[in-house]
Amino acid sequence: MTFGERAYLPGLAKGLSITLGHIFKKTATTRYPEEKRPFSPVFRGLHILNRDEEGAERCTACGLCALACPAEAITMEAAERKPGEEKLYREEKYAAKYEINMLRCIFCGFCEDACPKDAIYLTETVMPANYNRQSFIYKKEDLLIPNPKNTDSK
Amino acid sequence: MSDQKFKVTVDNITIEVPAGTTILNAARMIGGDVTPPAMCYYSKLKDSGGKCRTCLVEVSKGSEKDPRPMPKLMASCRTTVMDGMEVKNITSEKVLDARKGVVEFLLLNHPLDCPVCDQAGECDLQNLSYEHGSESTRYEFKRRTFEKEDIGPYISLHMTRCIMCFRCVYTADQLTERREHGILERGDHAQISTMLNKSLDHDFIGNVIDVCPVGALTDKTFRFKNRVWFTKPMDAHRDCGNPKCNGKVRLWMRGEEVFRVTARKDQWGEVEEFICNECRFEKKETKDWVIEGPSVINRSSVIAQGHYVGTKASPVLIDKVVGQQPKYLMNIHDVSDVNRPDVDLSKIEGPAHSDDFKSLNKG
Repeated sequence: MTFGERAYLPGLAKGLSITLGHIFKKTATTRYPEEKRPFSPVFRGLHILNRDEEGAERCTACGLCALACPAEAITMEAAERKPGEEKLYREEKYAAKYEINMLRCIFCGFCEDACPKDAIYLTETVMPANYNRQSFIYKKEDLLIPNPKNTDSK
Repeated sequence: MSDQKFKVTVDNITIEVPAGTTILNAARMIGGDVTPPAMCYYSKLKDSGGKCRTCLVEVSKGSEKDPRPMPKLMASCRTTVMDGMEVKNITSEKVLDARKGVVEFLLLNHPLDCPVCDQAGECDLQNLSYEHGSESTRYEFKRRTFEKEDIGPYISLHMTRCIMCFRCVYTADQLTERREHGILERGDHAQISTMLNKSLDHDFIGNVIDVCPVGALTDKTFRFKNRVWFTKPMDAHRDCGNPKCNGKVRLWMRGEEVFRVTARKDQWGEVEEFICNECRFEKKETKDWVIEGPSVINRSSVIAQGHYVGTKASPVLIDKVVGQQPKYLMNIHDVSDVNRPDVDLSKIEGPAHSDDFKSLNKG
């Protein structure tokens, strides 16, 4: 050890000067609940199932999202549209049941890419956390956006 | 004459075939990429072929004796080989260009309803247009549409998807004694229909579903039940009472549920043996069948995505090791409405409707 190192004080002063310098620098910390960082425009959050302009469900249960899903989070069961249900469903076939297991989902957005009917989208909402596992199975009612026709009348 | 062998060269691969073989069949003997696609030709049906023009090839040398090339592209399913004939299929720009045009023509009036169609995933036209077609259409006019027609409880007919290959007409003609099923009208208005709207009732009429290259004729008992690629194809057989049917089929299963029964198809998408309606539509229980094992499916097919080896589940030994049943944090079937073990979708007659699901929810 040299004399400078043995003297201890110069080293201390050097360290303290670095600390002091950081006091005047901009902090990287975001104080989360009060302050939110802006999301990237391509952020992928919670899914929604879209409706068309008439308020009919776009999803036709083609299964391409489930096929594309690397985590196998999406499951569905299809049904045939009956006469009189044209306002509810856009196509002849529709998803009677549609579920996304959010415990499995990795938010890759492949379902959105695969969808030929513009039915599924990933929004900018972060998926809410919860203590019980059951609440992470999102059913069709949870995913479907509100009918624009109904909200207008209210 | 009959045992005479002709030498034919397809895409620089030479093969000896018996005289009278068509170019298409010679190419199929070589196999692989040099085989022209066929939408209407069906080797099991007499007189089929020559309608769709997808199998067009260039004959660059007519024969040894007359080496002039044929002036136009030839339909390979209808042209027989000559000794020393040289054929260009994928090596010819002209052929690929013509085939692209043919696909565009086939798709002119074909609706873009693959997401709805039950044939998607095993559709010849889908595969063909994926390989040879262009991405979008240049057609600006209204597509041909038809009145929806009910042709019986087992088969659903979607005339809009039809590409007029005539395979089903030949099937009805050659497999059943009396033909009730044919082409009405001409040209753009031509449509497949049952004469005088009679239901088709014959033991072998269900085979029109298998021969249909598109989704025009589909199985009504499977309609909208599941997607083809989510079901597992299994080879199975049973003792069929019908003397003409040998009961060798392919089951499309999901778990223990049999969703659909079809005939076994070979590498060209043609059925190996025609099966009877009883096997196809009535026997939708696992216990009706002797399951041989998983069917061989081409790796490039979407059906192979859920690939699997063996059909028996490996035994669960965790309870023996731990001494008690493991406690799950969550059983998915407690929460999920989809794929409930107590509900068999395949048992519903015809496609499921909204009221089916209402009654299932109560039960």
